[in-house]
Amino acid sequence: MDADGRPRDPAAVAERVFREERAGVLAVLIRQIGDFQLAEDAVQDAFAAAVATWPRDGVPANPGAWITTAARHRAIDRLRRTRSLADRTDRLAELARLDSQEHAGDPDQGAVDDDRLRLIFTCCHPALGLSARTALTLRMLGGLSTGEIARAFLVSETTMGQRISRAKAKIAGAGIPYRVPTDDVLPDRLCGVLAVVYLIFNEGYSAAAGDRLVRGELCSEAIRLGRLLARLMPDDAEVVGLLALMLLHDARRDARVDGVGRYVALYEQDRERWDQGRIREGLRLLEAAVRLRRPGSYQLQAAITALHLDAPSAGETDWEEVAALYGRLARIERSPVIDVNHAVAVGFAAGPRAGLELLGALLDDARLAGYQPLHAAHADLLRRAGERDAAAAAYERAIELSANAVERAELEARLGDLRGE
Amino acid sequence: MPKYMLLIYGASEGGPTAEEMPAEHQKWNDYTASLRAADPGLVGDQLHDVDEATTVRVIDGETQITDGPFAVTKELLAGYYIIDCPDLDVALGHAARAPIVTHGSVEVRPVVVYPSA
Repeated sequence: MDADGRPRDPAAVAERVFREERAGVLAVLIRQIGDFQLAEDAVQDAFAAAVATWPRDGVPANPGAWITTAARHRAIDRLRRTRSLADRTDRLAELARLDSQEHAGDPDQGAVDDDRLRLIFTCCHPALGLSARTALTLRMLGGLSTGEIARAFLVSETTMGQRISRAKAKIAGAGIPYRVPTDDVLPDRLCGVLAVVYLIFNEGYSAAAGDRLVRGELCSEAIRLGRLLARLMPDDAEVVGLLALMLLHDARRDARVDGVGRYVALYEQDRERWDQGRIREGLRLLEAAVRLRRPGSYQLQAAITALHLDAPSAGETDWEEVAALYGRLARIERSPVIDVNHAVAVGFAAGPRAGLELLGALLDDARLAGYQPLHAAHADLLRRAGERDAAAAAYERAIELSANAVERAELEARLGDLRGE
Repeated sequence: MPKYMLLIYGASEGGPTAEEMPAEHQKWNDYTASLRAADPGLVGDQLHDVDEATTVRVIDGETQITDGPFAVTKELLAGYYIIDCPDLDVALGHAARAPIVTHGSVEVRPVVVYPSA
């Protein structure tokens, strides 16, 4: 056992160090040698060496530091064998200098954190395509292999490997800098980073039943990234708000699917299956974010989710507060998803007529003619307003637009009830 | 230091009117001066209209010359700069200040620099 009571089994230690420290080691090495691919290969070599030698020589006192040093030595070896790099000599000299001043002991955690931030911002650089950003972020900062990332995004391993290689080639070729952006672009770039993390989360969260297992990994990876960002940028309210939002959603991940794999709506879920630890942590983080007094989209979404979790049934939800939060959200972010949810909440808070009034402008918008949730919400509000014929027509339109069998069955049941009344 | 080419693309229609031209020229002069301040070795030119472009190809050993640009698109190459920048973010920052960006676009391409012998 080590000081923290963790087992000293070499394979288990190597695996833990791989999971917890690979990104940090990689981030430091990329800065030192200025090359993503070389750094990645060297870190891979170092872990292979750990697995080969630790069972024989024993686990080093500081496994993370051992990996960092070993990876730097492997990078030096690889650089010596390379002939093509123009600045090979400079890089070798720099690595040799670092090697000579290295003292035994912990690498400075602050410096590793700075490098991790550089790595995140570089992986999420807007000059890379969105799919490349998500893939590269998962590959460089997460613990998933290229094959696992490929399965999670439903593409072949070859395709995913090429996507990641192309991203690394563009970073090197186009000169995407390895640094935290300057203040003038930092807010924009941070928004982009958070969007990538939330996209990874949603990719996992919205997974269909069949691929739930592997894509659940994406939720865990996104939360890990969210935790890292919240630790590195604790004073940014939206960073903390995004982590809170992901935890509050993720707490219900298991309960959203019943025994035969069917989707279960929030108020029909078995609350015993909610992860109360995650909910408590999410709520605590949301409070911390709100105290920073910089409201934003992720905090508002987390607050709405918290109100839903707090209500034992749809009827007992504080719809006035939910509607007010959606109203604020709609002022920050223009999106039909938010506008429709706003109208639904107002429909519960102030009556179906008030909800229908808000939907009016959306129904006139030709671009939303094929937007299924709009027609489903419209149908529900018309039904509650007592306009049976108009409601039936809206249900038919919504059923026509449904791509998802579960959703379609639910709407058909409501239409059936309406006709039977 | 890495070199970047800023390719200035303008819309094929709806450019500045005759009355707007002096102000437009002033904007570009100011912009060029700001780039030159960042890189004294700045290179750049405005190109004549694509109506005056000619495209050359050699097909089966035969030189084919055709009137017009390589590809007919809504946005046409109107000029370029070649500027030294420490990294892509600096180049993107320069590109974002180009007077064209509200009605055209700027493509940023790293220039291949061969190591000098």
